[in-house]
Amino acid sequence: MNEQDLRDLAAAVRAGRVSRRAFVQRMVGLGLTAPFAARLLAASGMAQMAAPAEYKPTKAGGGGSLKVLFWQAPTLLNPHFAVGTKDQEGARIFYEPLAAWDRDGNLVPVLAAEIPEIENGGVAPDGLSVIWKLKKDVQWHDGQPFTADDVVFNWEYAADPATAATTIGSYRNVTVEKVDPLTVRVRFSKPTPFWASAFVGQFGMIIPKHLFEPYKGASSRDAPENLKPVGTGPYRFVEFRPGDLVKGERNPSYHLPNRPYFDAIEMKGGGDAVSAARAVIQTGEYDYAWNLQVEDEILLKLEGGSNAKGRVEIVPGGNIEHIELNNTDPWTDVDGERSSIKTKHPLFSDPAVRKALTLLVDRASIEAHIYGRTGLATGNFINNPPRFVSKNTHWEFNIEKANQMLEQAGWRRGTDGIRAKDNKKLKLVFQTSINAPRQKTQAIVKQACQKAGIDMELKSITASVYFSSDVANPDTYAKFYADMQMFTTTMGEPDPGLFMRQFLSTEIASKDNKWQGRNITRWRNEEYDKAFHAAEGELDPIKRAALFIEMNEMVVGDPTVIPVVYRPGVSALSRRLRANLSGWDNVLWDLRNWYRET
Amino acid sequence: MGRYLLRRLLIAVPSLLGISVVLFAVLALAPGDPFGELASNPNVPPDVAAALRAKFGLDDPIALRYAHWLVAMLHGDWGFSFVSRMDVDTLILQRLPATLLIIGSSQVLALMIALPVGVYSAVRPYSVFDQIANLLAFIGFSLPTFFTGLLFILLFSIYLDWLPFVYRTDLGGSGWQWYWEEFKQAIMPIAVLALVQAASWTRYVRSSVLEVIRLDYVTTARAKGLPERMVVIKHVVRNALIPVVTLVALQMPALFGGAIVTEQIFRIPGIGSLLISSILANDTPVIMAVTFVFACLVILFNLVADILYGWLDPRIAYR
Repeated sequence: MNEQDLRDLAAAVRAGRVSRRAFVQRMVGLGLTAPFAARLLAASGMAQMAAPAEYKPTKAGGGGSLKVLFWQAPTLLNPHFAVGTKDQEGARIFYEPLAAWDRDGNLVPVLAAEIPEIENGGVAPDGLSVIWKLKKDVQWHDGQPFTADDVVFNWEYAADPATAATTIGSYRNVTVEKVDPLTVRVRFSKPTPFWASAFVGQFGMIIPKHLFEPYKGASSRDAPENLKPVGTGPYRFVEFRPGDLVKGERNPSYHLPNRPYFDAIEMKGGGDAVSAARAVIQTGEYDYAWNLQVEDEILLKLEGGSNAKGRVEIVPGGNIEHIELNNTDPWTDVDGERSSIKTKHPLFSDPAVRKALTLLVDRASIEAHIYGRTGLATGNFINNPPRFVSKNTHWEFNIEKANQMLEQAGWRRGTDGIRAKDNKKLKLVFQTSINAPRQKTQAIVKQACQKAGIDMELKSITASVYFSSDVANPDTYAKFYADMQMFTTTMGEPDPGLFMRQFLSTEIASKDNKWQGRNITRWRNEEYDKAFHAAEGELDPIKRAALFIEMNEMVVGDPTVIPVVYRPGVSALSRRLRANLSGWDNVLWDLRNWYRET
Repeated sequence: MGRYLLRRLLIAVPSLLGISVVLFAVLALAPGDPFGELASNPNVPPDVAAALRAKFGLDDPIALRYAHWLVAMLHGDWGFSFVSRMDVDTLILQRLPATLLIIGSSQVLALMIALPVGVYSAVRPYSVFDQIANLLAFIGFSLPTFFTGLLFILLFSIYLDWLPFVYRTDLGGSGWQWYWEEFKQAIMPIAVLALVQAASWTRYVRSSVLEVIRLDYVTTARAKGLPERMVVIKHVVRNALIPVVTLVALQMPALFGGAIVTEQIFRIPGIGSLLISSILANDTPVIMAVTFVFACLVILFNLVADILYGWLDPRIAYR
């Protein structure tokens, strides 16, 4: 079924000639997943049939205290200064965005009255502006009304470089204006198909204008409210101890009826992930534990305990553990810089070597023996949301085929068993950060490579050095002074627009940009650049998705990256806690609807 | 005495300066920067990290940064945390009560174990009691705290389900109930720390009592017909404890430093966990403040120990 057939069918559903259900069934029959099929309809202008989340409590409060455990605790509570997700989660208890992302990557209104769409006049057909209608009668915790002025102020605040907000990326390329007290318009300088960045999700939390206005720009760090948030969220601020505790109490004037269920919330920090899992699953001291980067074996054992008090919940998101292949020569110094764009990698310039390597990564074993449910083998770089996932790629582990491929390309085994061609030996250095699952993965790859006549040296670097932006240190991942490297990168939004920038030839990391360019593999491909720029301005969602699918196929087919496992988010919940989690937003995005089954 | 004190305090000034220079230089040379996490986030443009670095003066030369820090410190300004964006002194004061409570109680408990056990072992050397006490002492200081901590958690929290293993600073309730809850959550970390300390102190007490108990004046006291209790308490222990007092005094700075490993295991929000999380986040002002205060306390308590020593043992004179 090609693009045109799909369009016709979607149009038939819209016109009422084919039922929605029949359409989904037909798509599933073609090998697509049900959510993907549903998404195709949404993409072609059909209203989302988001199943309303079940919420049983019939009154607000009365739920006691909700105790959540974050082994990395928030250190500040201003969402515009959040350094990592942990800070955003802390702020999310008190602050809310206009809309949030649910588990399937759909927008859910929070402070907005409705989600802007082309059909309701919210999204301009030319992609140059979006109109947000705000919810009526929303109050800040101090009783002041929430209005369009607050929304406009957040844009001014975050976009001002002197504020040094970490959310600036979502705000600096837009202009925001007040249309009336409950309507704002976001304008873009060029057609923007993915308009849901400002005021949405983890970067979109809104702070009150009446308290932060005096602290815009350079004096931003002096605002007392940086440590004492006043938001619109379901819980009001009580106490904050950086790195240890965030405490909130029920907001009696919350803008949704019968919510929130809990009388108080307590976010405790510190410790390690394994004992956090224990405190929820084994002893039941806590109701929720965040981001359990724990080997699945341990989680299964805890869950399988005779009187387990909790369960593990796995939520799809945008994390991909992948191996990058260096396109430049990491061993030659050019103008004080290795891996310089002026060089070519001596071994990887032969595509046969790169392709053989993809055959030598035993993803099935890596999934089965290392990650379990927390890392699923994949051949794609974009694994989610379903609308952007390529169905054409496949992966296999085949040492024999790799051997043949290398043999055909002229790489002959020497007396030491290592292949060589033109006096160049197949010797590679493979680096990653120190982290038990990564070292195990390295060993699996090395073993397979040995059988194919590739000699591999493994290198592991302390995470704080490897992931730092320290210009003086040769071991950072951005410098990439090795042949191959492995780490997890994240697609933060349910849209690959920003994520796929990392293969643009204009983004290459080099000495000139202090290695801050996002293209670390230093891959250059005109076709890719063209496809990317086309996607940037493509307003037709189906065409745009097709472009990203094509780009994904280019990077894994060339290959410049070898996807290993796709890593969903892992949380532990007590048996009775009902919480809707999402991999596209903070885990607390739907905190207002959390409740405990009685 | 007054001149001695003055001289010691004057000597302390250059040593503290030296310590601060070394600490600052090591921290400045160490890899990583507090905004490194931003660099690996595709949603945050690289210039944000650069702007933050400039805003917090991280791009200035080391000497200039050190001068700024020193001047501020002399004015009583401990600095501003990059990570929490709040004053370092409030951050430390928030963490101090938990540390003082846990480490303080563990030291008291350790003394309460070490003194009677050590003295009794020395009075009856090589008896069954002494043998057992020795064995336990060796076990005690060979087991690292992270091991005993995990063992306690497994036993008391998971199998028996008696005690919570997450330490909370915001316990609800009041009156006796509060004390009971506080006791339940504090007893495991206190016991873990006290056992190690008690084990080594028992050995010290034992050996110093053994040394004194053989001296002639003790024999004289016994010959006078004094009861054995009196001999041990008034004549032996009093003299034998002089070196122990010094040892305990030197241990006092640790009250402030916290116990990094134990605090991490039980999630106690103390100075130790503040230090380790600041180190991991490269939050230089906090690391600098904590380590520097610690250095001051070490120097101070060394002085206190020396003075105590002379006061307890008049044979020692200050020159």
